[in-house]
Amino acid sequence: MLAEDSVLLREGLIGLLARFGHEVVAAVGDAPALLTAVEEHTPDIVVTDVRMPPGFQDEGLHAAVRLRERRPTLPVLVLSQYVQRTYASELLDSGDGSGVGYLLKDRVGQVEEFVDALHEVATGGTVLDPEVVRRLLRRRHDPLQHLTPREREVLALMAEGRSNGAIARTLVVSEAAIGKHINGILTKLNLPLEEGTHRRVAAVLAYLRG
Amino acid sequence: MSRPGFLLSAWPWRAAAYLLTGAVTGAVTLLVIVAVTAVCGALALLLVGLPLLVMVALSGLPVASAERRRLRLIDDDPASGRHREPAAPGLRAWLTTRLRERATWRELGYALLFAVLLWPVDALAVTVALLLPLSVVATPLLLATVGGGEETKVLKLWTVSTWPTACGVAVLGLLLMALCCYALGVAAGARAELTRVLIASREDELDARVVELTSSRVRLVDAFEAERRRIERDLHDGAQQRLVALSMTLGLARLDAPPGPLADQLARAHEQAAQALTELRELIHDIHPKVLTDYGLQAAVADAADRSAVPVDVDVELPGRLPGPVESAAYFVVCEALANVARHSGATRARVSGGHRDGRLFLQVCDDGRGGADAAVGSGLTGLADRVSVLDGRLALSSPPGGPTLLLVEVPCESVPAGTADHCG
Repeated sequence: MLAEDSVLLREGLIGLLARFGHEVVAAVGDAPALLTAVEEHTPDIVVTDVRMPPGFQDEGLHAAVRLRERRPTLPVLVLSQYVQRTYASELLDSGDGSGVGYLLKDRVGQVEEFVDALHEVATGGTVLDPEVVRRLLRRRHDPLQHLTPREREVLALMAEGRSNGAIARTLVVSEAAIGKHINGILTKLNLPLEEGTHRRVAAVLAYLRG
Repeated sequence: MSRPGFLLSAWPWRAAAYLLTGAVTGAVTLLVIVAVTAVCGALALLLVGLPLLVMVALSGLPVASAERRRLRLIDDDPASGRHREPAAPGLRAWLTTRLRERATWRELGYALLFAVLLWPVDALAVTVALLLPLSVVATPLLLATVGGGEETKVLKLWTVSTWPTACGVAVLGLLLMALCCYALGVAAGARAELTRVLIASREDELDARVVELTSSRVRLVDAFEAERRRIERDLHDGAQQRLVALSMTLGLARLDAPPGPLADQLARAHEQAAQALTELRELIHDIHPKVLTDYGLQAAVADAADRSAVPVDVDVELPGRLPGPVESAAYFVVCEALANVARHSGATRARVSGGHRDGRLFLQVCDDGRGGADAAVGSGLTGLADRVSVLDGRLALSSPPGGPTLLLVEVPCESVPAGTADHCG
């Protein structure tokens, strides 16, 4: 399911997704159409732009939040032209924060990363744009002050939606080491190990919500 | 008048002409006003005349207009008595505007004063100042004609019976005439000044000009703001979308390209496209940040703090949205202040606090830097101070050497309760 008002980008995205073997069941150009199309097709994931007709404000984002209110488990990936913490928070506050993504539109160009992020969101992960994560890390000192620099790096990559393997490859360490770091982060952020909670998501949300 | 050539210039004649026409116009004015009032009064008994009484009230307008024209006889500086433009076309709007104006009533006052008191004074002045010396100068002539060569009376007071005396009196009359010319000049000047004070109100005109200037400044700022939004929208909906599409196409092409020089070139092009996108995004944000339009000042300030290189604590509590121009001006002040903090202050921490109290928005930006900032020297703050002052607000900067630097902004505005703001959900 795709919502994007620019025909150029919409067609481009359809082509891109088709190439990676995904099927776009509906592509719409405005927020009300998105809401009705989701009712009709029950897609696996919704990809939407923030700014859309009729008002060209943040209709896309609000449509996404409303969709999540109706179906909290519906994965939604929001594309934005701006890094906006407010947008990201609003999105993460919908449902339990799992199965959502907030990416800069620019990332669409990084085709493979984009498709990975899409996959991550579709399987219930949380993906934040690296730019948003960078800002959050710079701003939110308090909950993170007990983390070591390496743990912060790991947390940032987790927030970007990378898997343990991917994080290990990026930081050139073993996957076991990453697992240890993540456990350290979860302990320091005081996140209990419970059944049914998405711990990685919880970790990201912990400092996002302060 | 103090110039030596005064007596030989046209000015004595102009003064005389001014007073003379004043006497005539005044008499006519008296006649017309009396006639109109009488007719209207008589008709008022039949109720038909009541609306006509309005004409009496407005009679100051033509009188004042004629007087302003007459004033040019003696005064080079034209007296303007501009009336306000009616808000709408039509007689009714014109009448309401005129009757509400102070100038209309002042002009009526002048017309009445003119009709009752001023024109006789004009007439008296011109009569005395012209006839008195003329009759003295004419003594020899009078002696020859009316007196039959034996005797005549100067000004009906002194008897003159000899030719030498008559000639002497005539010479004295010439002197008197010169003196009277000056008197005439003084009288006309005083009279013109009085007229000017009463009908050419400079203050009103100045007020009107100030109001006009202020509103034209507000219009300019509004136009400027609208233009910013238009540029932002055009870039956003046009160039940016195309660049994203280009970047996507390049990204796909890279996947298909076999390793080699072509793939390398594609990779470079892809990087450049990504870089252009980043720059364009920053540019658009600087022109007009979307978060300001969508979420208002509080979120926009938090966002500006996020972007700042120096860590910033934000403590801004607003009850809801503020008028667009206020939000914009306040936001750009905060951005400029934070940019200055990062660039010049050497501060390690800054703080933005603010709120809305008693119908005013308060914002305060302070840092722990070295101080010594001067709003007057090459900083963007001067322009921002202008924008704030258009909104009737104030911007104050305190930055003693050694710090700390404190910037205060205060703008009167009503806050719009949250939820009713210009915000589509």
